[in-house]
Amino acid sequence: MELFEYSAYELSKMLQRKKTSSEELVRSYLKRIELINPRVNAYITATPALALDTAQSVDNKRIRGEELHPLAGIPVAVKDNISTAGIKTTCASRILEHYIPPYDATVVKALNRAGMPVLGKTNLDEFAMGSSTENSAFFPTRNPWDLEKVPGGSSGGSAAAVASGMAPLALGSDTGGSIRQPAALCGVTGLRPTYGRVSRYGLVAFASSLDQVGTLALSARDTALLLNLVAGPDPHDSTSLPDRDRDYIDNLTAGVENLRVGVIKQNVADSFDREVTAAVLKAASLLESNGARVEKVSLPMIDYGLSAYYLIAPSEASSNLGRYDGVRYGYFAPGKDISEMFCRTRGEGFGPEVKRRIMIGTYALSAGYYDAYYLQAMKVRTMIRREYEEVFKRYDILIGAASPTPAFKLGEKTGDPLQMYLSDVCNITDSLAGVPSLAIPGGFHSSGLPMGLQLTAAPQSERLLLQVACFFEQHPETKPRRPELDFIESPPEEGGM
Amino acid sequence: MNYEVVIGLEIHLELQTISKLFCGCSTAFDREPNTNCCPVCLGLPGSLPVFNKRAIELAVIAALALNSEVQRGSRFDRKNYFYPDLPKAYQVSQYDRPLARGGYLEFEADSGVRRVGLERVHLEEEAGKLQHAGNSIYQAEYSLVDYNRAGIPLLEIVTAPQIHSGREARAFLENLRLTMLYAGVSDCKMEEGSLRCDANISLRPPGSDRFGTKAEVKNMNSFRSVEMALDYEVGRQAKLLDAGSIVVQETCHWDEVNKRTISLRDKEESSDYRYFPEPDLMPLQLNNSFIEKLAEKMPELPRQRLQRLLEQYGLDKETAVLLTANPGLSNLFEETAGIYGRYKDLANWIQGDLLYQLREQGKEPVEINPNQLAELLKLLDEGVINRPVAKELLSEMVQRGLSPKKLVEDRGLTMISGPQKLVPLVEQVIADNPEAVESYQKGKKKVIGFLLGKVMDLTGGRADPGEINRILKDKLKD
Repeated sequence: MELFEYSAYELSKMLQRKKTSSEELVRSYLKRIELINPRVNAYITATPALALDTAQSVDNKRIRGEELHPLAGIPVAVKDNISTAGIKTTCASRILEHYIPPYDATVVKALNRAGMPVLGKTNLDEFAMGSSTENSAFFPTRNPWDLEKVPGGSSGGSAAAVASGMAPLALGSDTGGSIRQPAALCGVTGLRPTYGRVSRYGLVAFASSLDQVGTLALSARDTALLLNLVAGPDPHDSTSLPDRDRDYIDNLTAGVENLRVGVIKQNVADSFDREVTAAVLKAASLLESNGARVEKVSLPMIDYGLSAYYLIAPSEASSNLGRYDGVRYGYFAPGKDISEMFCRTRGEGFGPEVKRRIMIGTYALSAGYYDAYYLQAMKVRTMIRREYEEVFKRYDILIGAASPTPAFKLGEKTGDPLQMYLSDVCNITDSLAGVPSLAIPGGFHSSGLPMGLQLTAAPQSERLLLQVACFFEQHPETKPRRPELDFIESPPEEGGM
Repeated sequence: MNYEVVIGLEIHLELQTISKLFCGCSTAFDREPNTNCCPVCLGLPGSLPVFNKRAIELAVIAALALNSEVQRGSRFDRKNYFYPDLPKAYQVSQYDRPLARGGYLEFEADSGVRRVGLERVHLEEEAGKLQHAGNSIYQAEYSLVDYNRAGIPLLEIVTAPQIHSGREARAFLENLRLTMLYAGVSDCKMEEGSLRCDANISLRPPGSDRFGTKAEVKNMNSFRSVEMALDYEVGRQAKLLDAGSIVVQETCHWDEVNKRTISLRDKEESSDYRYFPEPDLMPLQLNNSFIEKLAEKMPELPRQRLQRLLEQYGLDKETAVLLTANPGLSNLFEETAGIYGRYKDLANWIQGDLLYQLREQGKEPVEINPNQLAELLKLLDEGVINRPVAKELLSEMVQRGLSPKKLVEDRGLTMISGPQKLVPLVEQVIADNPEAVESYQKGKKKVIGFLLGKVMDLTGGRADPGEINRILKDKLKD
């Protein structure tokens, strides 16, 4: 087995037992990136020198016997909308193409403190607006299971990198499904934590009341490891949750007995791919046969989630993206006066989907429309939250599809924004409710593509989600698997054995 | 025709915190441009605001000092507009749930005590500062921007439309400034822009219950220009109405050079700010004990001090008003009054010679040592020194902080008094100036001043002129 094939947990053990070094590990991933990234395009910026530096420094500390974080020396990829000091943070937008931030996001500080070498910055839909990573201003990322298919989005780069062994772990961000949907389409584990569980400081804002940093990994255990590192209160983020949670690892193997499970009717809908709904029902019966109490449950407010989301998120985006005006940083186009400068800078700097959302949001917040659109959407959001509060009095876990279909073809939905929006239909209400939501591998489609299950729990129940995820990993049908990368023409010759 | 003038003011005060509203950057004035900045106040991608607790405390203190009702729950909103001095393209402000509602300010006016009601008090962030190489941003060849000011906590105070003249607006502002100075929330320097004022002004027939069309006046950079600008607007609007025209609702700038208001009819105008709740901040919840603690620690406010100066020290109203208007001076008065009991004399010295010396030498009242001031006045009372010497010593005391007692001892400034010392000197002057004596005795009584001066010269200015005068008159009778 090659190094990149191990889980982060296994690699951590190997490092601790000095079976390998962080430098060796980083070199293995860099080689893998060199080989695969030209086809998959998961990374916008690779940072090999920096990663090697960190690795060597961690290796030296280990040799000196210093106490190290369990993830010390384990490489990680970071979505390119998370601020990294001295490393370009483009948001996959022309407007930030050459922007080098002077500061690290709180989560990046955590990675650095732990000694995790950052391999690079991963591709996304521009400003995280999209569901296929095709809205990147630079290039689309491809799904390692089938290069003609999208990896999902907006964290498509991170999901594809983890799925194809170009990083054992990655950070992503999830506003309306941007971690969970690509995780589902790439067959990896993607966690959107409770809103406020992980600091947003340094995550470039799309829709502040919905944005949440989360993880992409190969397993529940790996997810727990990374979550242990990045979760917690942050004095720089007023919306971060105040108290620290317990260790996310210690009850991973607690099983599912006596759990009250609700299968969300709306997330096994008739309009979904039949094999996807079948996979969800099969997973539910697997829970039942292992001692969980499973019922179908209807969450009628889900039907309004998409509409509410596509008013609230663009409204906040229209405000958050106002700062890209060419005055202080980023793309600048001169004009004969200040108005023309603003208009040209923004007109040339933003891509079509970003402009569409800025326009929707500006409209929804305008005098005379505010009550009918933004305010109404906020009322719907409150009703969604109440519905979740009620349902979590009766159920510990909700289960449904993480995406209505497996990965779709590149270009298939780019002409129809509404179809694209609908690919997040399973994920959006959890975002509006602010609850933790986890996409995990849920078996394989007849097309050979992975399908995703989505588990949802009450606020701050990440431990429970990971516990259930761990249960599914033990079963052959829902066990995480790696794609066979048949597009690699000449596998590298490795010495030894 | 006669009109009733209706004015409402919108005042912005920079709160005197050490750091900015949402980050740790310094609020110091006059630093190198763009040095008091960080990712937060520059609005760099991904940065987030965190409340400065001190700013909230100061805002609450200000609201309490203005009798405004501090809300237990208030909320911050984004006011969206594009301008290069606004790093995030939105200002974090408060819209429909302000920090405090209502309130009033009472002050002495020509007609007696005036009370002007307030609509609201709220907290927001300051923008950066633009400098145009030309008249305005639309005409400039280029503009420079300094973000040192961006993010400084700003208090907005909105009055009810209850002010009826430029003079009254000025009086309100001067008293508001004083109240905020006493409360310790702002240094209120109009020239540095830490106190700014915009006004809405309209005219209507007396007794009408409908408002006329208003104009908004901006860019008034001193108390004086507020009064002048509003008086000018009254004249302008009255002329329009007299001629049967209408007043157009608009924003105008006060042109300090040409002493007139100029209409701003261009794109800097008419914005839809698209306010919505700021998702990066939690709603502000203030509990009773937080507010009560601040109320308990509320410093004495101008009206209370005025009352006390009148009652406790028996000062006349004019003196008490003058001292109240200068908190440093009235503090010095009170500290000195603790060790020197002749309050009226003390007040006279402070508002007269001392104030003069302070201004001459560019010093602040806080630099004066109350013990030295009391010492000086006691030396005078006890007849150790005379008035002219006391004034001279006061000047040195202000300038160099020297003890008057020690100065008197070192320089031998003790007063020369008593017939034993003075009579020989008087006789000598009479003997030396026979012509003057003669004209005095012929009825030219004014000449006594000349003789008195001669005697004073002989004492080195250390005698009591009154005493010399008496002896002189006595001797000249002979």
